[in-house]
Amino acid sequence: MDQVKEIFLRKNRCMGCHSCELACAVAHSASKNMYEAMGEVPLPKNRVYVEAVSENLPIPVLCRHCEDAPCMHACIAGAIRRMEDHSLFTDADKCIGCWTCVMVCPYGVIGRHLDAQKAYRCDRCPDLEEPACVSACPTKALVYQSVTTFSKDKRRHAAEELSRGEGK
Amino acid sequence: MAKPGNSNKKSLDPAVNQMLEKARKENIQTVWDRYEVMLPQCGFGDTGLCCRHCLQGPCRIDPFGDGPKTGICGATADVMVARGLDRAIAAGTAAHSGHAKHLAHTLMKMSLDKTRDYQIKDEVKLKAVSTRMGIPVDGRLAKDIAKDLAQAALADFHEKETPVMWAATVVPEKRVAVLKKHGLVPKGIDHEISEIMHRTLYGVDADPVNLLLAGLRCGVADLAGCYMGTDLADILFGTPSPVTSEANLGTLKKDWVNIALHGHNPVLSDILVSVAREKQGMAISKGAKGFNLVGICCTGNEIMMRHGIPSCTHSVSQETAILTGAVDLMVVDYQCIMPSVATVAQCMGTQVLTTMDLCKITGADHMNFAEEEAVLKAEEILAMAAGNFAKRKGKPVEIPEVKTPVVAGFSVEAIVAALSKLDEKEPLKPVVDHLKAGNIRGVCLYAGCNNVKVPQDENFVIMARKMLKENVLILATGCGAGALMRHGLMDPANVNACCGDGIKAVLTAIGEANGLGGPLPPVLHMGSCVDNSRAVALTVALANYLGVDTSSLPVVASAAEAVSEKAVSIGAYAVAAGLPTHVGVMLPVMGSPLVVDVLTKTVKDLTGGYFIVDLDPESAADKLLAAIDERRKGLGL
Repeated sequence: MDQVKEIFLRKNRCMGCHSCELACAVAHSASKNMYEAMGEVPLPKNRVYVEAVSENLPIPVLCRHCEDAPCMHACIAGAIRRMEDHSLFTDADKCIGCWTCVMVCPYGVIGRHLDAQKAYRCDRCPDLEEPACVSACPTKALVYQSVTTFSKDKRRHAAEELSRGEGK
Repeated sequence: MAKPGNSNKKSLDPAVNQMLEKARKENIQTVWDRYEVMLPQCGFGDTGLCCRHCLQGPCRIDPFGDGPKTGICGATADVMVARGLDRAIAAGTAAHSGHAKHLAHTLMKMSLDKTRDYQIKDEVKLKAVSTRMGIPVDGRLAKDIAKDLAQAALADFHEKETPVMWAATVVPEKRVAVLKKHGLVPKGIDHEISEIMHRTLYGVDADPVNLLLAGLRCGVADLAGCYMGTDLADILFGTPSPVTSEANLGTLKKDWVNIALHGHNPVLSDILVSVAREKQGMAISKGAKGFNLVGICCTGNEIMMRHGIPSCTHSVSQETAILTGAVDLMVVDYQCIMPSVATVAQCMGTQVLTTMDLCKITGADHMNFAEEEAVLKAEEILAMAAGNFAKRKGKPVEIPEVKTPVVAGFSVEAIVAALSKLDEKEPLKPVVDHLKAGNIRGVCLYAGCNNVKVPQDENFVIMARKMLKENVLILATGCGAGALMRHGLMDPANVNACCGDGIKAVLTAIGEANGLGGPLPPVLHMGSCVDNSRAVALTVALANYLGVDTSSLPVVASAAEAVSEKAVSIGAYAVAAGLPTHVGVMLPVMGSPLVVDVLTKTVKDLTGGYFIVDLDPESAADKLLAAIDERRKGLGL
């Protein structure tokens, strides 16, 4: 069986262009078309957020779909459940808008839809081959890989550094 | 962003596709590969919501989330988008008028005897243009008139007592009044460009409507630059008249010294054409059958219109000419020359020669062209090409066996001359009669480029075919003309298959009255992109004949696959002239609903013209037909 893929960040690659945010909102719009999405009511929402740690260190942050998810444990309405693909899903019909998930989320990546009064988050774009934010990233800072692959790449990179005697 | 329903083809042109297959096999990158790598393109830039006009930036506005709703300075999305559009119009205007200024300097040098390589080829036009500019012509030497005209041309670039004369004297009085009323009369061509740069600077104009009006005024200055470019080129190199030629990569010839002339200005290319005709021996002495000059882009259009030089390819497929391996020298002047031609040329062992100081390309050789020694430089270029042929001779080339017959050369003067065979006293009467009778439903000008985002030529061909069936008289310039000619739409033999009965009758009547034994071609080639002025001139002539303003006529325009900022400035003057103007690729304005609304609706109340942005060629053609019908109704037709 294929290993579950996660959205990982290669943080030194992020240029802070916010393209992931745009693509995310378009992927969650009614039209799926950027030009039309800009005029939709309500406006579609992005679920990835590029935060600036300092002036020139942008970091995209999004739902990690935690295995031991505080939001799922804390949700009093039982609206949050784990899907077959291991992603977390907030069922809008069950969500009562108590924002407990927002309170307990260690990453602050659960949004509040003001019109609908429902919580929303990254769903890893289940209808797409890879999440829209990953496809939109011009520098491939965001990747969609299994933990195994991502770690293997990191180890290989570390090994290269070590072999040159330049390991940090 | 890819449009829905796009075919996966890169080009509708089989010759281009053959060369792309060759590029794929030989692992040579073309514009289509680079586009793939560039995807996805940045949504902020795409929608105009990105600003780099100051060092506090870059700023971008978030159209969806809780991100910034203004730039750091406070500029709103509307201001950001309008400023960006203005700068595109200014850049386009700078390019067209730079081309015209080059010709004005050439005319001046000729009149001062600083060069003996240029002559006045059309004295009638010299006198007609000079009279329009208020320069006395009676009893004067052509050279003296030319000097005054060159001076008047150069004077139109700066602010002076009078407005830009090449704008104010070329449109109907009614149009001048409309432009005056809305403050759209340019004071000087360079002045308008410069003022756009000023007002779009950090902390200047922050009123989107005021910005857009300035953009339109700069567009009118662009009309002046284009019009001047056409006028001066006709005076120096002759006003085009119908000429037969051919188009596509099949015009390259294996055993000949192939020289591809690429860019925009006839100032060098026209000299090269005449010198090559006299110096065939230089090619023959190197074992070739002679010099075979072919054109690319608007340099190609200029020499096709005046000399019947075949057109090799256009716009987005410019690299494919080099991919044949048969080009011995690509000589470029300026505008629309992808720097990648030098890279592809290195792969193929082709030499690229830049000739203008303002357009050098790393990887290409440079020879600084000077009008003072134009013929000498032309001879040097021919010798260079012949030498390259000697090295290429016997090596394999791949020239697609694809070419189409072309009848080009339809200047306004040529069209009027052809019509005068039907009605000597009132040459425009037959056109107006056919317009009234519905044989001509309207007129559509196709202009602009090929954009890699559109399968090459698809929008042009679909739209033109549809409108020909609907009896629309089609004019074409620039690489729009290139697209239509490569698909046989400038071949009179295709009139029967392509045209509705009404337009077929019109083209046949004119053709037969002129002893052609058949119709004019389905699409009339009016020239290069500065020659969009010819389409304006024809529209103005019709308007004056009918005693109406240009905005009343069933005349529309389309840049169906636009690329260059020049297409944006042309669009701006088409709208200022009162024409419904289609653009078939997305302009970077969608980030501002207000700007979109002004460009597509509100501006209609000011100038009568407006933009139609539609990426689907079928529905775009329907919209243009509806615009034509609306105007016919307005005229009581």
